[in-house]
Amino acid sequence: MTSSARLWHYLTRYVDNFLLVGLLLLMLVGLLVLYSATDANLSRVSNQLINMLVALAIMWLVANIPLQHIMRLAVPLYMIGLILLIGVALFGEIQNGARRWLNIGVTRIQPSELMKLAVPLMMAWYFDKHEVTLRLRDYAVATLLLILPLLLILRQPDLGTTLLIASSGFYVLFLAGLSWRIIAGLLIVGLGSLPVLWAMLHDYQRRRVMTLFDPTQDPLGAGYHTIQSTIAVGSGGLIGKGWQQGTQTHLDFLPEKSTDFIFAVFSEEFGLVGNAALLLLYLVVIGRGMMITANASTQFTRLVAGSITLTFFTYIFVNIGMVVGILPVVGVPLPLISYGGTSMVTMLLGFGILMSIETHPKLVKT
Amino acid sequence: MRRSAELRNHGRELRHFQRRLAVSVGFVTLLFCLLFARFFYLQVSQRDHYHTLAETNRISISPLVPNRGLIFDRHGEVLAHNYSAYTLEIMPSKVTNLEATINELTSVVEVSGRDRKRFKKLLGESRKFESLPIRTRLSDVEVARFVANRYRFPGVEIKARLFRQYPKGEGASHVVGYISRINTQDLKLLETSGDFANYRGSDYIGKIGIEQSYEKELHGITGSEEVETDAAGRAVRVMSRNPPISGNNLKLSLDAKLQEVAEQAFGERRGALVAIDPTSGDVLAFVSKPGFDPNLFVDGIDSENWDLLNNSIDKPLNNRALRGLYPPGSTFKPFMALAGLELKRRTPQYTISDAGFFSLPGTRHRYRDWKEGGHGSVDLHKSLVISCDTYYYGLANDLGIDKIFSFISQFGLGKLTGIDIDGEVSGLLPSQEWKMKRHQQKWYAGDTISVGIGQGYNLTTPLQLAFATAILASNGTAFRPHLVKQVTSSKTGEIRNIVTEPLYMLNLNPDNMAHVHKALVDVTRPGGTAARAGAGASYSFAGKTGTSQVIGMKQGEKYVESKVNERHRDHALFIAYAPAEKAKIALAVLVENGGHGGSAAAPIARLVLDYFLLGKLPAGAALETGDDGEGVHD
Repeated sequence: MTSSARLWHYLTRYVDNFLLVGLLLLMLVGLLVLYSATDANLSRVSNQLINMLVALAIMWLVANIPLQHIMRLAVPLYMIGLILLIGVALFGEIQNGARRWLNIGVTRIQPSELMKLAVPLMMAWYFDKHEVTLRLRDYAVATLLLILPLLLILRQPDLGTTLLIASSGFYVLFLAGLSWRIIAGLLIVGLGSLPVLWAMLHDYQRRRVMTLFDPTQDPLGAGYHTIQSTIAVGSGGLIGKGWQQGTQTHLDFLPEKSTDFIFAVFSEEFGLVGNAALLLLYLVVIGRGMMITANASTQFTRLVAGSITLTFFTYIFVNIGMVVGILPVVGVPLPLISYGGTSMVTMLLGFGILMSIETHPKLVKT
Repeated sequence: MRRSAELRNHGRELRHFQRRLAVSVGFVTLLFCLLFARFFYLQVSQRDHYHTLAETNRISISPLVPNRGLIFDRHGEVLAHNYSAYTLEIMPSKVTNLEATINELTSVVEVSGRDRKRFKKLLGESRKFESLPIRTRLSDVEVARFVANRYRFPGVEIKARLFRQYPKGEGASHVVGYISRINTQDLKLLETSGDFANYRGSDYIGKIGIEQSYEKELHGITGSEEVETDAAGRAVRVMSRNPPISGNNLKLSLDAKLQEVAEQAFGERRGALVAIDPTSGDVLAFVSKPGFDPNLFVDGIDSENWDLLNNSIDKPLNNRALRGLYPPGSTFKPFMALAGLELKRRTPQYTISDAGFFSLPGTRHRYRDWKEGGHGSVDLHKSLVISCDTYYYGLANDLGIDKIFSFISQFGLGKLTGIDIDGEVSGLLPSQEWKMKRHQQKWYAGDTISVGIGQGYNLTTPLQLAFATAILASNGTAFRPHLVKQVTSSKTGEIRNIVTEPLYMLNLNPDNMAHVHKALVDVTRPGGTAARAGAGASYSFAGKTGTSQVIGMKQGEKYVESKVNERHRDHALFIAYAPAEKAKIALAVLVENGGHGGSAAAPIARLVLDYFLLGKLPAGAALETGDDGEGVHD
């Protein structure tokens, strides 16, 4: 082997090429849309490029860590996250009416972001430890591990993150075999308690919830986003108005067009065909994630891989659903495409774990 | 054996897991299909619809601000209205150099230093992307001049807006209050109350007085308008319109003329007067002197005027009627007298021999009467007419603080009256429990004595005193005092009364009431402490004078009015109602540092009663009548 071949081998040893290609394609789409969404603002685009490179580097690092190490990190990560969340509740800084940030001297951190991975890791770790003798009690304990951070994050309040962590935790429970009967039961209890919750809300809180579901109640405020993004998507038609040709985008009717509503820009300019292609591309990445999950050898890796993949899907569904007006507006970015460094890093960290699961020698339990 | 079972288990679980994974794949596919179906619906089935929307989008939605409700007095006289005028507004976010732009503007329209200061202040308090007035009330010439030069000033616009005006100026300013521009604090409140959506486009909000407490009624419901704009963003035509609903009009229970009579009666003196209709709780007059001109606040007050108002030693911004705390002094005595009769500690015939002081049994401390040497033999009637202190020292001691507290609190003293403007303070009717909580001290018998003549820990607002007097005047029927009588819905024209039912009725013995009424009428007759103010009244005028100490006097020291600094002189108080047998009006007057209630406060009450009951204007009063000619926009 030549030295450059060795270097190549060293670099790509633990990288899943299939997944990597999918991710890179999505990022490329992201940069193109961002260029249009920011009216050809190169500094925003290059910023995002840097975000991507950093995130890719982190993904590569994580992919190189053998799973046993990651598993060992599950408990401490979760504990640190929980302590930081309590710290946020006690000493957090308030910004835009929500208490999400914690100042730790050098910098400000958002511990709920850490929990997006720490919670499924912790739950998967717990199920792995009790794999042989799974009983109802274990599901209850795992649920408790999920609910503790959820309550803290809901209090901040951060509905989007709560939702994402709740679903990532639910996926772990589901994949770990939580019985259908209990799922159905929870669903019934959940739906049944809605009227009770509703009765407990203040009038103004109810109005806020109503605006979430019916944007026309506040057409100049929260509802404005949905109304304008629906127009953007619909007017895109079959093949779209063409790159950088979206009128909704470029006449400034679309709010938050480079972040949470970036899908509207894409959809306006590339139409139904573009949408289908993008969904397909996402589906490819998700499908690869599912394959990795199916191939995973231990309870821990299976649950972690499954949860990461399905949470990735949840981001996509919630974001696009909100843009096309079938879901209420909550702050969830479109993965790999929305502008922003934090979610990019979280997302690729997850994919790093997936790669590590796939590419490291599998330990088969005997 | 155990091991193989475990293995089998493991295999089963793996299969179980694979099934779950398959379900997940199905779930993902299903939801993606759902998204695709939605895309198809929007982009294929409804494409033309959305295409049109996008093409004419170019449609921008803008809020239509409702007209604020008007405020009238009980006879329909306007106290707050709207007029439209041109303003010159700057959108700071669209202007690169504010200072230079304003300097350049001065070549076209006049911008005074005051305008600049006010603009700076607004800039500091304003929301993002808000356009702020640099000049209000432009003349037609100025409008024309600016329009001709518009191209030079990107980000500066002429706007026609409705402005709030208070035609009475200082008159009733503490009642009506004012609106002013929405600041960040108001925004926070609007967000928590859920009214934020309704305030898009609104620049003003009620800050104090009725403008604040009835904000929800007055504001109205914001409408919206879809406007088609051309590529440059200029409005071309209105696509659809969801009209705003004007705010509701308010009819006050206040009588503006009576208010004016009362305000003029004070002259330059500081003080407060509250007059209430005891049969309904209507507040007929509500005076706090000095007042201020609410019109100054509407577009942001400039710092000069603000300093003038805020730093004045007379504290014109302080609502004395609502928030001023004063010991009730001898105006407390009628309530004490009634307590004595009702609780059977005194009969009308019971007589004391007043030597000019009272001492608790076994002590030597002397509680002095205001009259050296005393009033000789004094019964209940005389005790009120000549305002004997000694009688009430003894009565207070016999009743004890607990009974005094529970009886007199029925008249609303020491509690919020619940009047319909914000910021009321509750005053203080002392009790054992209060003293323990506040001072961590037990109640001493000596504390009770000075409470008996309305001094000691006693503190009331003029409003409370008027409320208590109204309950006394109506033989125990209490109505919540209210400044707004009716709300007229602008949408349906429906009229809603604010207060219709009494709050409660006290069960008082008519004979006892008659004794008190009789004595209070004699207060304003020859021999009474308000004889001069009552001279020649053609109706039965019940009243009680009071004086409340501003500085404490040491034992044995004597208060000499001329020797005391003007600001340390006693406050003059007077409560009154008439006609005594079936009162139509009850009131409380306070003149700060006015000296004696009989000489300073009672004449004001007389003027008010004469006007209210007889329609008689005070001599030399020039009350304006009719409209002031300004157009009213509803």
